[in-house]
Amino acid sequence: MVTRVNAQLEWRDVLGAVKVRLNIGRMAYAVEPGLYAVGNPEETSPVLVSANYKLSFDYLRRELGGLDVWILVLDTKGVNVWCAAGKGTFGTDELVSRIKAVGLEKIVSHRKVILPQLSAPGIAAHEVKKQSGFQVVYGPVRACDIKAFIHAGMEATPEMRMVRFDFADRLAVVPVEIVEWAPHVFLLGLAMLGLSGITGVSYDLSLIWTRGFNVFMIVLGAFLGGSILVPALLPWLPGKAFSIKSLCVGLVLWGILVSVLNLALDVWAMLPVILSITSFMAMNFTGCTTFTSQSGVKREMRYAIPVQILLLITGMILWVIAGIGGSL
Amino acid sequence: MKYLSNVTTLALDKEKCIGCGMCEIVCPHAVFSVVDGKAFITDRDACMECGACARNCPVEAITLDSGVGCATGLINGMFGGGGACCGEKTCCSK
Repeated sequence: MVTRVNAQLEWRDVLGAVKVRLNIGRMAYAVEPGLYAVGNPEETSPVLVSANYKLSFDYLRRELGGLDVWILVLDTKGVNVWCAAGKGTFGTDELVSRIKAVGLEKIVSHRKVILPQLSAPGIAAHEVKKQSGFQVVYGPVRACDIKAFIHAGMEATPEMRMVRFDFADRLAVVPVEIVEWAPHVFLLGLAMLGLSGITGVSYDLSLIWTRGFNVFMIVLGAFLGGSILVPALLPWLPGKAFSIKSLCVGLVLWGILVSVLNLALDVWAMLPVILSITSFMAMNFTGCTTFTSQSGVKREMRYAIPVQILLLITGMILWVIAGIGGSL
Repeated sequence: MKYLSNVTTLALDKEKCIGCGMCEIVCPHAVFSVVDGKAFITDRDACMECGACARNCPVEAITLDSGVGCATGLINGMFGGGGACCGEKTCCSK
């Protein structure tokens, strides 16, 4: 059974994309695995293979206007091509069994399937050929190059084979990070707010509204600043490790926040807190990038995490000391 | 953009290589180039250990510890949740 789909996205698809970028229902945004038709494909038409994450599927089909092609959608549990390939769900076994399940050898006369290049971590092309008779042709990294790739006789330029991480790509993945970490940061902000009332003699509730409010805004500012500015400025920030790249951003944020808020003694307590939060968020951005290796991230984490914890504890202690000092 | 230097676990066995060029095709960071029927690692520090080259090498000439370079995933793994990256909840915001 073949489902016919349009190359034109509807407003519902666009709204769906916005929602998953905000982490709303992102893990249940899937299409049914199987064979789809775009235009009026025949037995000689190309077969493009995709993941069943609806965002991946939509990105592919919107680039196929004017073409007559088949799309073979694998069951990747609603995960995008690259991540599913890394996990092995966009893998040799699933591709071979999906080819058989839809009876692809009866639908097309040729024996080629075009896969996104980024599915290669999960697919052994030589194994697919052996097990299904179909030759794997690795297409371009980006769906927007697929037309040029097909028109060039299934030849990719070196440019098409390179993964990029442009400004828009970097910012597109920011909201999910913010939504994921916001609850933890909120709790940290509340803890700092709670510490704000401690004075040399007693616990002063009125300080919650002054010092407490300030520190809450600073935790929030460091979180948002680290989450947005580090990805935005990534290529230009000095350092290779992300936790180091965040230093510049942390210092600038500290400068801005202390000049906006009237902090007096608290100024020095805030520096390690801000550096710790921005560094942690920057380090977590490694998972969103297209170029960090696991060995590299492990090496970075070994020294970064202890420093981040130490900075946070130092900041909290200084914050309490500043509170006691301010009340004397 | 380049990440940390001298850290990748990527290794290529020249003896086994048959120069088919699959590694050059699948690598998203142009780490390999094939010259005179043999593959060479020309940009080692660009390797992100995705594992595409090793998976698609028909003679198993390439070895590496592949995995996802994701701090959140590794942290989750340490606390026993979901393994390294692409767990049920976190990571892969792509």
